[in-house]
Amino acid sequence: MIEFKNIKKSFGDKVVLDDVSHVMETGKANLIIGQSGSGKTVLQKCLVGLFEPDEGEIIYDGISFTDMNVEERKLLRQQIGMLFQGSALFDSMTVEQNIMFPLDMFTSKSFSEKLKRVNEVLARVNLEGVNKKYPAELSGGMKKRVGIARAIVLNPKFLFCDEPNSGLDPQTSMVIDQLILDITREFNMTTVVNTHDMNSVMEMGENILYMFEGKTEWTGNKKDIIFSKNERLNSFIFASEFLQDAKDMRMLEAKGKISDDRDMDKMLKGDKLD
Amino acid sequence: MLFFNHFGRYLLMLKGMFTRPENMRMYWKELMHQCVEIGVGSLGIVIIISFFMGAVSAVQTSYQLVSPLIPLTTIAQIVRDTVILEFAPTVVCIVLAGVVGSKIASELGNMRVSEQIDAFEIMGINTKGYLIMPKIAACLITIPMLVVLSMVLGILGGRLAGVATGILSTATYDMGLTLNFVPYNVFFALVKAYTFAFIISTIPSYYGYYVKGGALEIGRSSTKSVVVSCVMILFADYILAALLLNK
Repeated sequence: MIEFKNIKKSFGDKVVLDDVSHVMETGKANLIIGQSGSGKTVLQKCLVGLFEPDEGEIIYDGISFTDMNVEERKLLRQQIGMLFQGSALFDSMTVEQNIMFPLDMFTSKSFSEKLKRVNEVLARVNLEGVNKKYPAELSGGMKKRVGIARAIVLNPKFLFCDEPNSGLDPQTSMVIDQLILDITREFNMTTVVNTHDMNSVMEMGENILYMFEGKTEWTGNKKDIIFSKNERLNSFIFASEFLQDAKDMRMLEAKGKISDDRDMDKMLKGDKLD
Repeated sequence: MLFFNHFGRYLLMLKGMFTRPENMRMYWKELMHQCVEIGVGSLGIVIIISFFMGAVSAVQTSYQLVSPLIPLTTIAQIVRDTVILEFAPTVVCIVLAGVVGSKIASELGNMRVSEQIDAFEIMGINTKGYLIMPKIAACLITIPMLVVLSMVLGILGGRLAGVATGILSTATYDMGLTLNFVPYNVFFALVKAYTFAFIISTIPSYYGYYVKGGALEIGRSSTKSVVVSCVMILFADYILAALLLNK
């Protein structure tokens, strides 16, 4: 579990994060959503320690990350995996070397053991037989999968994904989303995903933090989104007329299934049903 | 003010390199890789420029020594001393600032903008230690070696040019090389080589490591790092000459 309280971060006069708090739950895909420039990436970088928050506290499984010294943070980071927006694969290394790198650096396993582990994680992300290819030879989706394989090779407890679907077609995006979700459940990880992709939100949104201009605007899950009355959230998620229609249809569908009019009223007000 | 900002960050970068390596074997592997990249990779250009520097200085010295009272052995002495004192350490290092410096700055810059440095950080690796330290160490190991090689090749180039153009015989040239030889000059050249190697590796590392933006900024920082390195080499050259050669 990752908990962060009252996180504030500014760059010069510009306030990027203003008093953001939330709890990222274990075994779930926790989404940080919001428009471009809403502070999602800065928040995620604060959580992993790439940026230092000006104020606030970050707690990993009950231990304050904010109070850790450099060496303690280095140890914790060995339990963190991260998938970057551009995959951030090491250009000069093959796929095999990329995935083996954390094993080389932090374990004393033999080469055959490391190779076995590399092949295991490659199989897990459905990407076999590309060991000797360089990142430049891979498609966007394959790069993302290699990025995920590298992120999970040390069996991390925490997985961070920054815009995992950027630059991918909708079908590949769904494959990547499903993979992240499966891995999260399989290894009981705390996964934090930054996204502004509507499909990802509806596919993975088990615990969602919606940010607007650096502040917490809304929290909930993908089911709550349908019935939410938050205008900013609605205009962000259901930006197009088509999606707005889809939402209305979902509402009507729900209305048909609900016999109790009082429940329907509660639902339309944006309240959760009992 | 901007200068102090850069200088402060430069010092902090150097300080940040000195932490306990996460895995000594991986650091050693990276050091050897950098030695090959920087040392062996620059061998060709060093051989070519050194040889021709010596050859041209032999021909030009002979052209300027018009008095019959000056012995021909003086040509060899002048070639030897200019190659050892200035050409091999300074000119070679200025060329290496372009070759090695731009490579270091663009490599680190590309890693920065493509988030590869962040990926190392997330893994719990000290990126200053793992990415910058081996480059500096490799420069400190290989550049003085290249400078020594350059001295030998420069003197050899002067010898071959002298003989090929009929200015002087090999025997006269060899005799001139041994006349009034001051071993301290080699020591001075090596002090310069180590100083310049430090400049060539640290300044481009700084510009590459802290680059912000995209491909355009990588190019700019690479160019800037070479310009600043060259200016710093010339400045350090003067300071070292004033300190170590001023009788």
